[in-house]
Amino acid sequence: MAKENFPLIFERSKEGRLGYNLPTLDVPEVNLEEELEDVYVRTVDAELPEVNELELMRHYIGLSNRNFGILSGFYPLGSCTMKYNPVINEDVVRLPGFSHIHPYQDPKTVQGALELMYDLQVHLEEITGMHEITLQPAAGSQGEWTALMMIKAFHEANGDHHRDEVIVPDSAHGTNPATAAVAGFKVVEVKSNEKGLVDIEDLKRLVNENTAALMLTNPNTLGLFETEILEMSEIIHSVGGKMYYDGANLNAIMGYTRPGDMGFDVVHLNLHKTFTGPHGGGGPGSGPIGVSEDLAPFLPKPVIRKNEGVYELVYDLPQSIGMVKSYYGNFGINVRAYTYIRTMGAEGLKKVSEYAVLNANYMMRGLEKEYELPFTQYCKHEFVISCKKQKKLGVRALNIAKRLMDLEIHPPTVYFPLIVEEAIMIEPTETESKETLDNFINAMIQIADEAKSNPEIVQEAPHNTVIKRLDETTASRKPILRFQREG
Amino acid sequence: MKFRYLPITETDKKEMLDKIGVSSTEELFSDIPEEVRLDRELNLKKPVSEFELKKELTEMASKNANLTEYRSFLGAGVYDHFIPSVVDHVISRQEFYTAYTPYQPELTQGELQAMFEFQTMVSVLTAMPIVNSSLYDGGTAVVEAVYLSVAQTKRKKVLISAAMHPEYRQLVETASNGKKLEIVEINYKDGLTDLKQLEQELDENTAAVLVQYPNFFGQIEPLEKINKLIRQQKEAMFVVSSNPLALGYLTPPGEFGADIVVGDTQVFGIPAQFGGPHCGYFATTQKLMRKVPGRFVGETVDRDGIRGFVLALQTREQHIRREKATSNITSNQALNALASSVAMSALGKNGVKEMAKLNMHKARYTKQKLEEANLPAAFNGSFFNEFVIKLSKPVSVVNDQLFEKGFIGGFDLGKAYPELENHMLVATTEIRSKEEIDVFVKEMRDING
Repeated sequence: MAKENFPLIFERSKEGRLGYNLPTLDVPEVNLEEELEDVYVRTVDAELPEVNELELMRHYIGLSNRNFGILSGFYPLGSCTMKYNPVINEDVVRLPGFSHIHPYQDPKTVQGALELMYDLQVHLEEITGMHEITLQPAAGSQGEWTALMMIKAFHEANGDHHRDEVIVPDSAHGTNPATAAVAGFKVVEVKSNEKGLVDIEDLKRLVNENTAALMLTNPNTLGLFETEILEMSEIIHSVGGKMYYDGANLNAIMGYTRPGDMGFDVVHLNLHKTFTGPHGGGGPGSGPIGVSEDLAPFLPKPVIRKNEGVYELVYDLPQSIGMVKSYYGNFGINVRAYTYIRTMGAEGLKKVSEYAVLNANYMMRGLEKEYELPFTQYCKHEFVISCKKQKKLGVRALNIAKRLMDLEIHPPTVYFPLIVEEAIMIEPTETESKETLDNFINAMIQIADEAKSNPEIVQEAPHNTVIKRLDETTASRKPILRFQREG
Repeated sequence: MKFRYLPITETDKKEMLDKIGVSSTEELFSDIPEEVRLDRELNLKKPVSEFELKKELTEMASKNANLTEYRSFLGAGVYDHFIPSVVDHVISRQEFYTAYTPYQPELTQGELQAMFEFQTMVSVLTAMPIVNSSLYDGGTAVVEAVYLSVAQTKRKKVLISAAMHPEYRQLVETASNGKKLEIVEINYKDGLTDLKQLEQELDENTAAVLVQYPNFFGQIEPLEKINKLIRQQKEAMFVVSSNPLALGYLTPPGEFGADIVVGDTQVFGIPAQFGGPHCGYFATTQKLMRKVPGRFVGETVDRDGIRGFVLALQTREQHIRREKATSNITSNQALNALASSVAMSALGKNGVKEMAKLNMHKARYTKQKLEEANLPAAFNGSFFNEFVIKLSKPVSVVNDQLFEKGFIGGFDLGKAYPELENHMLVATTEIRSKEEIDVFVKEMRDING
């Protein structure tokens, strides 16, 4: 079958078709053109597509068929926690009492929403061991930024205006250094040692009176637990710095340990990872942060307070860093996270981490013959393999990733973290069965065999997808970012 | 307690532990030092069954007065519009809502194409050539516009109209502390940005001028005049935050020389949901393309020459540039951008104009009736679907009484503008019927009587 371009909705458009009918115009019509100055009346119509409802639905369902979701198949994307997104969450968030409420309604008319937010905060405080949570940040990177702005405000309130250095491990996710820069800090990189953990000696050399904070993920981006965490906290705290926890990997440790107990002062969470807010094809997410008691006065406004059974939004916070997101955060994602936490409880969440770690270690052992393991200790919820051996045969990590597509598996994360050559980072999550894991292990072994016997089939993959490898270079060199009608 | 999301059986567990070579899962956690171990169970509410949880959460939701039961005249940046049924049917497809960011284009052509179409739709509405595939929300987009302007002009002074959304201004204020910016607020006069003050403040240190169109009071800012003023100070960026629905009828900012146009597409297919998630958009000129925050989807071809889509210009982004990135933004609002795309597709060229006009007609009817009821408008310029009226009592008192009658009244402007005490910002969208408006006006007259 000859492949054809899948039409754009604009290419389906035909003058005179329509896909809407609006509420009735039941008030007297006003001559708007007479009222407005000519220059403010649009002269060229906005050329949105004209399609009827069936065509519209076929178009978007057609597009959905060209997309791979978690219900399409295994999605072991490292550092992203692609676990099952419970469908009950989608029902709850669509209750009119949650979806159709306005942020500026009088708080006494939205007590249920405030109660949910408050209770979610209480649960997250307990899970992380932090003093107080804010749900405002829209996603992880906004949470990171909020946290660093609070740390900055804390130091400035103490007269420590010189503290302008944030230490970030070389294995860190790119958002950490980017956020530090946007918040006005200098970035100092600390090395990892041969075990894949932060090099304590290097850390000792880097800290000084300018240290504002250390940003750390634990387990780290290699899926390894930073065993010397208490010593690191001690080193940072001894010079007056703050410990910042990137919660991307919380899925590994719930009920086993808590960032608050490890000495962290600020924590950000990704509710769209650990707590099943869906990823939505790139968002929306939700990135609450939790803080220790000494940082609480700097929390963004508003905060929710419970006063004699009534929930209130409090804006009068003299030391607050201000507002970081309009209204109260991504409420819709927070509702989903709350629904999930209430489904699982303490017992369930601990099992989540238990099975997430069990699954990852099982897969790691299953792959160790064919692929190189840069670090051999027990991993937590994810692990990294290196495709060095395959590279010698001319097969790269990216080729292996693409070949998995032919086997109906979404590729893991590739080329991250940067400190591992030909890295593939695999995170199975707790919601996958042993059969799914075995199938993945077999697929990877098959590809390793192919790399030896028939490398072309791997190098030229994928073969079965709706399109083949795309010319990404031209897409960035001569970008076409919108549809233009011919002529 | 059994957990329906966890498939590993006891038999599985045993086989897996054997393969790993340990006797219990506890051993896999042995790298967590004793001192930081939690030696008790987390103190959380007990897990509940699906049926009971749904019941409990339905009860919690019903404690909120929702916009399907109450007739709302509240806007102030978040609007209650008609959402066609097609929207939810599309965004409920698991292929869209459960997928990750489309870093593997062969498996995510659907999402990528939908975002390319979103970029095109916003481009058409704003008359700006370059649009990204969304940001968190309108407020974040304003902040990012400030960052870009500062980076581009290498200047630190930002002029922001007081007639811009008060929360957006607060976000800029918070953000300015990271980058040590000087934020100057330009007052409003007769409900519009004071052009005299703007002219006085514009100088060679000005990085950007920020206005909202229609502004927070619903008034239509004179973008043509503002652009002329800015162009005298050549390199300052002209940033317009704009309700994209209004652009179905109003001349788009791109035709008035805007450098950056931002806003929120919540008006298209996204429910209010207590303020988020909504969907920011970011549109700009060709010249600034390589400095835009967030993600772009670009068109290209595969090796057989078939059209396909990829994330383009990724070298701008944090995962590559790290501390040199122009922005730290990672996720966007893809699913909400999709919802807006579906709503914009359903409306099409004629629908978006018709809907904009419906809003204008109904808002004018409401204003006229309120004026007839001796509730005068504070400003008399042209407006979109919102306007300001002066009450004889505190807005909170009026709103309490309206609520008793089944209405959610307008925004209390005194909260954000002390000089506008007892002033209400009233929004009327296409979903308010004449009858609802008439009853609302009657109640307003009685309460303010």
